[in-house]
Amino acid sequence: MLSIKDLHAEVEGKNILNGLNLEIRAGEVHAIMGPNGSGKSTLGHVLSGRPGYEITQGSVEFLSKDLLTLDTEERAHLGLFLAFQYPVEIPGVSNMEFLKASVDAVRESQGAATYDTVSFMRRAREACAAVDLDQAFLKRGVNEGFSGGEKKRNEIMQMMLLEPRLCILDETDSGLDIDALRVVASGVNGMRSEPRSFLLVTHYQRLLDYIEPDFVHVLADGRIIKSGEKSLALELEEKGYSWLDESEVA
Amino acid sequence: MSQEQIDRAIAKDYAAGFTTDIESDTLTPGLTEDTIRFISAKKKEPEWLLEWRLTAFRFWREMSGPDWAHVNYPEVDFQSISYYSQPKSMEDRPKSLDEVDPELLATYEKLGIPLHEQEALAGVAVDVVFDSVSVATTFREKLAEAGVLFCSISEAVQHYPDLVQKYLGSVVPRKDNFYAALNSAVFSDGSFVYIPKGVRCPMELSTYFRINEANTGQFERTLIVADEGSHVSYLEGCTAPMRDENQLHAAVVELVALDDAEIKYSTVQNWYPGDAEGKGGIYNFVTKRGLAHKNAKISWTQVETGSAVTWKYPSCILRGDNSVGEFYSVALTNNLQQADTGTKMIHLGSNTRSTIISKGISAGQSSNAYRGLVRVGPAAKGARNYTQCDSLLIGDKCAAHTFPYIESKNPTGVVEHEATTSKVSDDQLYLCQQRGLDPEKAVSMIVNGFCKEVFKELPMEFAVEAGKLLEVSLEGSVG
Ligand SMILES: Nc1ncnc2c1ncn2[C@@H]1O[C@H](COP(=O)(O)OP(=O)(O)O)[C@@H](O)[C@H]1O
Ligand SMILES: [Mg+2]
Repeated sequence: MLSIKDLHAEVEGKNILNGLNLEIRAGEVHAIMGPNGSGKSTLGHVLSGRPGYEITQGSVEFLSKDLLTLDTEERAHLGLFLAFQYPVEIPGVSNMEFLKASVDAVRESQGAATYDTVSFMRRAREACAAVDLDQAFLKRGVNEGFSGGEKKRNEIMQMMLLEPRLCILDETDSGLDIDALRVVASGVNGMRSEPRSFLLVTHYQRLLDYIEPDFVHVLADGRIIKSGEKSLALELEEKGYSWLDESEVA
Repeated sequence: MSQEQIDRAIAKDYAAGFTTDIESDTLTPGLTEDTIRFISAKKKEPEWLLEWRLTAFRFWREMSGPDWAHVNYPEVDFQSISYYSQPKSMEDRPKSLDEVDPELLATYEKLGIPLHEQEALAGVAVDVVFDSVSVATTFREKLAEAGVLFCSISEAVQHYPDLVQKYLGSVVPRKDNFYAALNSAVFSDGSFVYIPKGVRCPMELSTYFRINEANTGQFERTLIVADEGSHVSYLEGCTAPMRDENQLHAAVVELVALDDAEIKYSTVQNWYPGDAEGKGGIYNFVTKRGLAHKNAKISWTQVETGSAVTWKYPSCILRGDNSVGEFYSVALTNNLQQADTGTKMIHLGSNTRSTIISKGISAGQSSNAYRGLVRVGPAAKGARNYTQCDSLLIGDKCAAHTFPYIESKNPTGVVEHEATTSKVSDDQLYLCQQRGLDPEKAVSMIVNGFCKEVFKELPMEFAVEAGKLLEVSLEGSVG
């Protein structure tokens, strides 16, 4: 469903992705690990179409479409979702209002019927309960005054309601206590299904104790330098990234 | 004969000459005492009102236009304006919506204005009496039952001259400022409301009437008197874009809230702002003021999106002890629009309280200024004011300014002022787009969120319209 070939990208003249290749098929869960500053968040933003990134080489195909020619919102309409590492606040816009507008926009673009207000509110309350947030959060401004953990749960709640095809989670587990981590993991696990794929960016093996990945990749200096199965994550946990630097990178 | 006597004699002749001409529908441009005599005669006004207008005119001639506001516009040539014109006759009007500017119709469409309202707003000559007129009649009867007087100010001059004479100019004196003096001299028409003692007005005033009021002219005059213990909520304006051949609009609104009375005055202003280059927009110079007696409350809520230049400070004089003044405002400027708006809260009585919530939104290359005065008089023991003044910038070519003035002559008064300036950030837009919203929808949602505290003060259906209005007004501000 997602096919990244030889992707090069820069920000403000600085090369960040350097020939990245990645293939994700429907239903798979991939984890990406790698040192700080290696380009993990950049990959997520380039895929979701954040302005300011220049693609200098390579191609990305998503659900048989040339992803890189689409606007940010068009990518979302296709079913690409990015849970942000640092979700921003939108003061005064209630979560419920935002969720409804967003789900409406995506469904409309797909030619699906939009939910009426009552049934949407019911769904939103269910999602809110599923990520263990108080219902009051639906009325509060988007991320307004939320704690770090609450923001991350909020991202998962949005993901549940949007029912995307590809979910990219950028360090959603960072800074979460063990309860929150469980909530996030069960949110993801509950959504795992044949047509839906996940790309989990994480620093920690512990997330992968809860969400079993099909593949683990190591990103360094803007490309994937090693891929393996779940056991690779354990190995990284034990040895860090430096053994890879020495053995695989010139 | 002294020169003065000669002048007067000539003037009289001239005036007499005029009266023979009274059947004509429009007045040639220009402003002299005769113009005023003509207007007054046309309206069959009593002598005292003619004198009142003439005195205002004499004041006006001695005054000069305000130059302190943070706005720029070419000097207005008052002699090139026509000060009286009859409403357009049926023959002159468009025969159907097909003859109306398609751009205007597109905007009506976006605002969700029903077809028959569109026709009325666009001035289409419709013979059929549409629904809202009969609705209006029903409501008029209901108001009459409650003893509420609600009519045009011209009618009020004929039917309730004592009330008009007592209160006209009692809150905004003729000398108050250049445009108030001009309005007092030449005011065209406007609304009059009187709520009797202890009566709670049974409905929002003007919701059902606004279509009929679309043509009140460029020098509108409104007077609302709430007698002791009464209560009224009044809505002015409408969200549909208003075009007018007259570039200058100088309205005066006076509110009188007697002891224990409450007046809530809501405005949506959407005068034509001019094209993207700022050509052809309306200059809107308004004086609005309310006088609150003991325990009375006056609340102004406004949503300003139109006009090329806006100059407007709805104010409260809190004369009575324990009286309350409120000002909730959203002012949005886009393209080359300029707005200098705010309020004055004048605390005279003891334990008077006021709240100011101002939200300024600037997009395009526009300029948006908040100017507010809070004055605590020597007798205003225990007076309190809270001011919150937030600016939101969209893009980096626009400007926001805040000019708060605080004058406190009583040490027991407490005046609080908070101000913030923020930008619609790229990250916020990105988040919205990532969730499937297009940038225009995203901006309008962010702006609506920013205005929430003010919108919740608006009557329900108005709040929904106001939200849509912001969306339409912001078109083209991102991209
Ligand atoms: N907007 C930007 N301007 C300049 N440099 C940036 C920008 N965004 C990211 N970078 C740089 O790109 C590199 C990769 O960043 P990022 O993708 O956030 O790494 P990671 O998520 O793996 O920690 C870092 O060196 C970072 O400083
Ligand atoms: Mg990162």
